[in-house]
Amino acid sequence: MPADAINALADQQAAADPLRQPMLGFSGGLRWLWRQLTSMRTALILLFLLALAAVPGSVFPQRGASPLRVGEYIQDHPTAGPLLDRLGLFDVYAASWFAAIYLLLMVSLTGCIVPRCVHYARNLRSVPPATPRNLSRMPEHRSFTTSAPPTEVLVAAGTALRGTRFRLRPAESGAQDSVAAEKGYLHELGNLVFHVSLLVLLVGVAWGSWFGYHGTVVVVEGEGFANTLTQYDDFTPGRGFSTSLLAPFSFTLDSFDATFLAEGPRRGQPDGFTADVTYRETPDSDPKTQRIEVNKPLAVDGAKVFLLGSGYAPAFTVRDGEGDVVYSGAIPALPQDPSFTSNTVVKVPDAQPEQLGFNVTVTPTAPDQVDPSTGPRSVFPEMDDPRVYLGAWGGDLGLDSGVPQNVYQLDTSAMEQLGRKDLAVGETWKLPDGRGSITFDGLSQFANIQVAHDPGRWLALLAAVAAIVGISMSLVVRRRRVWVRVTPDDGDRTLVEVAGLAQTEWAMLGDEVDTVLAALPGAPVAEKEHV
Amino acid sequence: MSSESWAHLSNALVYSTIIVLSVALVAFAADFALGTGRRRSNQRKQHKLALQRSGASDGAVATEAPTEAPADDRWARVGVSLSTLATVLIVGAVITRGISAQRPPWGNMYEFTVTAVATLMVIWVAMLPRRPEWRDLGLIVVLFNLLLLGVAVLVLYTESAELVPALKSYWLWIHVTSAIIASSIFTVGSLASVLYLFAERYERRSSAMTQGGVRDAIGARLPSSKQLDTVAYKTIAFAFPLWFFAVVAGAVWAEDAWGRYWGWDPKETWSFVTLVIYAAYLHARATAGWRGRPAAIIAIVGLAAFLFSYFGVNIFFVGFHSYGGV
Ligand code: HEM
Repeated sequence: MPADAINALADQQAAADPLRQPMLGFSGGLRWLWRQLTSMRTALILLFLLALAAVPGSVFPQRGASPLRVGEYIQDHPTAGPLLDRLGLFDVYAASWFAAIYLLLMVSLTGCIVPRCVHYARNLRSVPPATPRNLSRMPEHRSFTTSAPPTEVLVAAGTALRGTRFRLRPAESGAQDSVAAEKGYLHELGNLVFHVSLLVLLVGVAWGSWFGYHGTVVVVEGEGFANTLTQYDDFTPGRGFSTSLLAPFSFTLDSFDATFLAEGPRRGQPDGFTADVTYRETPDSDPKTQRIEVNKPLAVDGAKVFLLGSGYAPAFTVRDGEGDVVYSGAIPALPQDPSFTSNTVVKVPDAQPEQLGFNVTVTPTAPDQVDPSTGPRSVFPEMDDPRVYLGAWGGDLGLDSGVPQNVYQLDTSAMEQLGRKDLAVGETWKLPDGRGSITFDGLSQFANIQVAHDPGRWLALLAAVAAIVGISMSLVVRRRRVWVRVTPDDGDRTLVEVAGLAQTEWAMLGDEVDTVLAALPGAPVAEKEHV
Repeated sequence: MSSESWAHLSNALVYSTIIVLSVALVAFAADFALGTGRRRSNQRKQHKLALQRSGASDGAVATEAPTEAPADDRWARVGVSLSTLATVLIVGAVITRGISAQRPPWGNMYEFTVTAVATLMVIWVAMLPRRPEWRDLGLIVVLFNLLLLGVAVLVLYTESAELVPALKSYWLWIHVTSAIIASSIFTVGSLASVLYLFAERYERRSSAMTQGGVRDAIGARLPSSKQLDTVAYKTIAFAFPLWFFAVVAGAVWAEDAWGRYWGWDPKETWSFVTLVIYAAYLHARATAGWRGRPAAIIAIVGLAAFLFSYFGVNIFFVGFHSYGGV
């Protein structure tokens, strides 16, 4: 059997001509379908399809990553947008056609790998095949004549091959003129480990996305978070998620610090985030403290708490026309540029005689002069000289209209503008017409925090590592056979042939054959090849 | 020396590399035009055959004098010397850039590219003593690296500076280093596949006696298609596990930085596409009817996907990865 059984099998399957096969009825048809599905050629085509199918996910915006951009895209392309949406192109990796491709590939892989594993296990103790008749047809072949007797050559060959961990075909009764040896069974093992690991990897990924969840929340310095659904700003559960899977931890953001490069060509770029938190694994457990940094999340009870970004939250106290404090607290502002010029809105529905609303622009480091065309722009992202720019409105905030409002937008349709003013920390603006006052109490930072739980990630990692080990093993180790045959010459000399065959062509085979050759009595001194 | 003068030194080394590589390109082109490539490889092959087939007796040395006079390879040797010099220069450029920025110098696209060129050159030059046939790749390797350096200097240049926080992790070392090495080796393999197509066509048509045109002229000057095919297979098979590892290391890093190990970010998507295409190449090599030309074409598509994940993604798409500077 010159070529490897596995390769030959795969080739046969690929080359099987469906038209030549006799009609086998329903079960025969099924078997034929199965053979097609598990053939190398099908695997190859499915691999191609998988690569191709993954591409549109990088071309079109995806719901999972940026739902807002998907909405914009559909608005900008009123004809193509909905069509693309129906085809699942905004959610490629959850689309049924994408799933169909990788599931087919996995079925094909299973169908291909199970028989190979069985075959491998059966052949664990197998014996190298007998020496072929014509060794000179092998890709590597050497011969020489020697005065040493045949048995001596064969014994030397056996010792040399065993010494390099070849498996030898046991001597048979009768004519014994050759040694047959084989090595490199780890190649097939590595290949099987690799392919099985791919299946396990998919199980790990699926497990994680089924039972996992992730969500984001904005937490202002000094405030806290408890891991319950209502506290999240945004939450994405897996399909198998239930609230009982939420680990009952909580934490307080004791302090949060974002630093930025103060000089150099990247001035203003983030340099580091640190958040000091006090957390409890369960409501009754002891509080512990930890520092969270970028790349260093907090791990509690299987969930991980990450810092995604930061921003500023200005704190205000608002008094109404009757002198009562009607608003007090910090409100997160949305960063608009890399220097953290941020916008937010303060709504004060309880103010008397009329409701109040404020448009707020925050600059952590105020500019010397405000450019009227752009409005106020922060000159540095750190809190060096905080300032707020307020536009005050009085009237009806429209909160009772029943239409849900954007918390970052003021509906001024039923309001009149009361004026504009900018404030430094501690300053107060007395509103006109005795409507009250607003005090800028200070600026604190907020952290954009993500909580993620992926129960399948260890399985996925384990499978990935096993896959790398397996594929390396199969690419480093070659399965190969070496034969030594002795034929008594006319006189008292012995003709010795040494030949080698590798499963896939392999440059080192010649060297290996040369090594065996060199160990035989009377072998020619091989000369290194010069080029 | 100050950080800035180290950065200037690094830039000067990059420019010197470009000049030296350009001269090397001329030398390899001259060697190519003289058409010695195929003759040299054929000689090597015959020499090897002579060694293998001769039934030498006791102690006799199995050699046969090469049948032809040694081919003139002066120009190729000039090209190799200059390439070695260029390799030293570009490695120097990477090191000085690292000293200037005080971190591993692969934190943005410009630095990735310069480091990738250095890696490619080191791999290629270091393999020459062991694999003489790799010298015949000289023209295309040097040309490719010159193009990369041109893009780096003209399009991607970024001042030496600190990294954004997400890039400050030892996974940066592991992930990016393995990605650069793997991709450099993939590149060698796929470039060999490009040459394979020319050589294979030349050989196919030489039996049909219908040669002519530029493509056959190129084919006539190349090593045999079998040699090129072997170079392509070995390099890609070697780089594949390394690339797999780079992708996994990237996932581990993403898990720590962004809270998920895989999010189909455009960069992740394209590195996955690259992985799958090279897996298809390895499969094609083991599938009847797909060896040879189809496999070579898959290898070239793999390089195209990789180049896109490298340049295209940062330029065309918005994603987490684009914050490294263009
Ligand atoms: C899930 C996607 C798959 C990936 C990423 C993949 C990847 C690979 C890689 C990288 C190799 C090269 C290893 C080597 O040369 O030893 C390989 C070999 C192989 N694969 Fe796959 N494979 C996949 C699916 C399949 C399927 C579905 C089959 C069954 C039809 C299959 C059968 C084989 C066989 C028989 C080999 C050995 C080829 C040889 O003898 O060199 N693979 N695979």
